[in-house]
Amino acid sequence: MTRRAAYEAQQKRRANLIAGVSTALVLALVVFLVPLAPGWEAVRASFFNGEVFVRVFPDLLRAFVLDVAIFAWSVPLIFGLGLAIALARGNTNPALFPLRIFGAVYVDLFRGIPVVLLVYLVGFGIPGLGLARPWNSPYIWGTVALVLTYSAYIAEVLRSGIESIHASQRNAAICLGLSERDTMRYVILPQAIRRVVPANMNMLVALQKDVALLSFIGPVEILRQAGIFKSLLANFTPYVAAAVIFLCVTVPATRYADYLMNRDRDART
Amino acid sequence: MKTFLTAVTLSVAASGAFAAGHCAAGKTLTDGTLTIATGNPAYYPWVLNDAPEAGEGFEAAVAYALAEEMGFGADQVTWVRTSFDEAIQPGAKNFDLNMQQYSITPERDKVVDFSAPYYTAPQAVMTTQPVVEGGAAPTLESLKGLKWGVVASTTALPVVMEQIAPDASPLVYDDNANVTAAMKAGQIDAALFDLPTALFTAAVLMDNGVVLGQFDPSAAENPDQFGMLMPEGSELKACVDEALAEMTESGKLGEIEAQWLQEATGVPLIK
Repeated sequence: MTRRAAYEAQQKRRANLIAGVSTALVLALVVFLVPLAPGWEAVRASFFNGEVFVRVFPDLLRAFVLDVAIFAWSVPLIFGLGLAIALARGNTNPALFPLRIFGAVYVDLFRGIPVVLLVYLVGFGIPGLGLARPWNSPYIWGTVALVLTYSAYIAEVLRSGIESIHASQRNAAICLGLSERDTMRYVILPQAIRRVVPANMNMLVALQKDVALLSFIGPVEILRQAGIFKSLLANFTPYVAAAVIFLCVTVPATRYADYLMNRDRDART
Repeated sequence: MKTFLTAVTLSVAASGAFAAGHCAAGKTLTDGTLTIATGNPAYYPWVLNDAPEAGEGFEAAVAYALAEEMGFGADQVTWVRTSFDEAIQPGAKNFDLNMQQYSITPERDKVVDFSAPYYTAPQAVMTTQPVVEGGAAPTLESLKGLKWGVVASTTALPVVMEQIAPDASPLVYDDNANVTAAMKAGQIDAALFDLPTALFTAAVLMDNGVVLGQFDPSAAENPDQFGMLMPEGSELKACVDEALAEMTESGKLGEIEAQWLQEATGVPLIK
């Protein structure tokens, strides 16, 4: 080991030690000081009640399956529509200018409307026009509302990815004799999509939580089930339990997004 | 001891009947007259045709029965009108009693006095005309087959799950407005409200609403109870409560309820 390597190793050990001590200190403060607050017993009884937690957890987990299902069938629709909108906005053909206008209006509209309003509007409004069962199902139209909103976001993310690909790539593809369509398909999109994977992961984490908004129009998913338990037991622990279940999914997803982002950064430097 | 108690009970009962006219004496706004307030306007099925003087409708009928019990003749009852809110506010009142479906709540009880409850609101099933035409009937058996919608924070959910136990799991909403919207959109067949809300929603908010049936109110765990409102510290309260107890005891109150809230509204009991 060179003198320099030894010095660096020592510095690193020192940094780790300081980080460890400061983290332990903060944790100790939280663990010891919070219970000293005069209202702690009451807060613990209504938010962190072990008995309630154990009682409601299995039911919440069952309700969470619905969240996962809605999420699973929404994602392909969102990406399909998002990509279509991004391509519509990005096209340079003068004859297709109306498509560009449409893409821009779509994004402005659905990215600008609060998701909750869209869920109500689409979830109650469209079936109210007189659709018969099962086509008026809140599951269908709730999903449509989520897809409309999230595809607008995803379209913008994808468009930024497409625009981040250097013009020389496009020129090179044209020189090789690729058609405009093939250029997009084989040259631009593969690079663009890879570049925006971390941003899309963020959108997916947000979507996973917004799925719960469908409970406003009837479906009993995890957040509603927790709300039912809250009224039934007059205790907020079910919400904490629901949060734990959400975290079990979103934390790994966020960490994975971080990992992808780091890998992408390392690959580029 | 027992004979003594019997004697006391007998004498109390006798003096109660005899003293009915005197119990309210000097305690009303105008001596010899009972001033009762209702809403402006007063609604079906509580008061029919906005004319409480006719004694038709549940609250109008209860008012005249109560007056009689307290020793006032029908011609000694005067009606006045108040808005719902102005009656709940503290301060001097222009009525002895106010009846317009006031739910007895601890918060209200702090600023005004309530009589003993004269009505316990049962849970009622609201549905739509097409569902009724499709064969829905006020029987538990028939209700099982419907798609239910309920409000999450009310006691309606346990009632649906335990008493009806529907085949399809119910949809759950934040408030009555959302339940109504879902029913308009055809996403649910039936919803559970308390009877007054169901009657109002079916008649006013829905185009084709029908109140299919009502549950026995004694089955409800924490039911909505209506009381007659009196100014805070009213001397009349003891007298009114006594008369109401007498009417409950004799079955008079139940009769009026059956006549005006089951037969007149056509909302049958669910069996």
